[in-house]
Amino acid sequence: MSGALMALIRRELMLAFGLGGGARGSSGFMMPVIFFLAVATIYPFAVGPDAQLLGRTGGGVIWVAALLASILPIDRLVQADIDQGFIDQYVVRGLSEELIALAKTIAHWLSFGPPLMLAAIIAAGLLGLDAEQLLTVEIGLALATPALAALGVMIAALTANLRQGAALGGLLLLPLAVPLLIFGAGSLLPGGQNGLLLLAAASLLLTAICPIAAGAAIRAGRE
Amino acid sequence: MLFRGLSLDLAPGQACHVTGSNGMGKSSLLRVIAGLLPAYAGTVSLSGRIALADERMALDTGQPLARALAHWARLDGADEAEIAAALSTVDLAHLAEVPVRFFSTGQRKRALLARVIISKATIWLLDEPANGLDTASIARLGEAIAAHRAGGGLVLAASHQPLPMEPTQVLSLVDFLVAEDA
Repeated sequence: MSGALMALIRRELMLAFGLGGGARGSSGFMMPVIFFLAVATIYPFAVGPDAQLLGRTGGGVIWVAALLASILPIDRLVQADIDQGFIDQYVVRGLSEELIALAKTIAHWLSFGPPLMLAAIIAAGLLGLDAEQLLTVEIGLALATPALAALGVMIAALTANLRQGAALGGLLLLPLAVPLLIFGAGSLLPGGQNGLLLLAAASLLLTAICPIAAGAAIRAGRE
Repeated sequence: MLFRGLSLDLAPGQACHVTGSNGMGKSSLLRVIAGLLPAYAGTVSLSGRIALADERMALDTGQPLARALAHWARLDGADEAEIAAALSTVDLAHLAEVPVRFFSTGQRKRALLARVIISKATIWLLDEPANGLDTASIARLGEAIAAHRAGGGLVLAASHQPLPMEPTQVLSLVDFLVAEDA
């Protein structure tokens, strides 16, 4: 079973990093990163160059940008595999939908989390965060991105086969990701270090539940 | 409901040709047998692994054929040599390094057959396997089916047209249709 999981993750990574072609396009993993940096770039234009104000609000902007960036890849995660018959072929081979969802979650995180964390270093520079704030942001993103990836896969599974699925996906993800936003951005406030613990707890819960829900959604969608 | 009262028993080496016009439920029958659709009533019991070939290729179109097939070979425990052998069986060995998106309809159908061969499954469920194939390719499909049956495999093929095999049974879905007024 773990051999099958590795084979699935391998294919997902190949698609995510633009080597598989087809429905997910090439280097699709860059889009959330570029979007994330774009938000961090335009924010100082909107509020002005006041370094103090930027430093105080920049952490929150990074979190909002990370959340919005996690919406972008959703529509490509599950729908294409259903259309091309991959999911059916996995199921015929006796792989459970939950295992498929888990493989997608792990691969999606690998193609989404670390690039976003790297981009956060640049964003911190653009927004004038100090080193301590950057460290807190990085720890927070490391904790939260698995949950964002898991949410993305679950919502992709839920909205597969819907006509307005892509737009609906964004609307569904944001409310579910609010706990991550509150605890993540909250951890940047003075004396907010405990926010990271709550963030870890929320992230663990979402990461554990979402693949099961995604598997059920894929199964329900087939019948 | 599409059909009822349907009963089918296949032993190793046997083949069944499911006939019926479009929309009669041939594909649905295959999906029920493959476990992808629940049957409203009745049971399916089988032993051995299944290979399903429907209209969807399930190969990554941006990748060269050999690498796209390698994904399934990893899941099904086949090695490089078996991929190469399957490709020569379906006469696609010369296109192994060509991305799948450049393939014509017939070539896609043959790539799909190669995926079925590589799976080393006992039970082949083929949905319209001869669609889009030229005469030479149909002959090759017949050889592949014959070799599979000779090796103890069994074949259930659904098609509205004649197939290059000698079925031990012919299942005509017309006989099991649910009457409109029922």
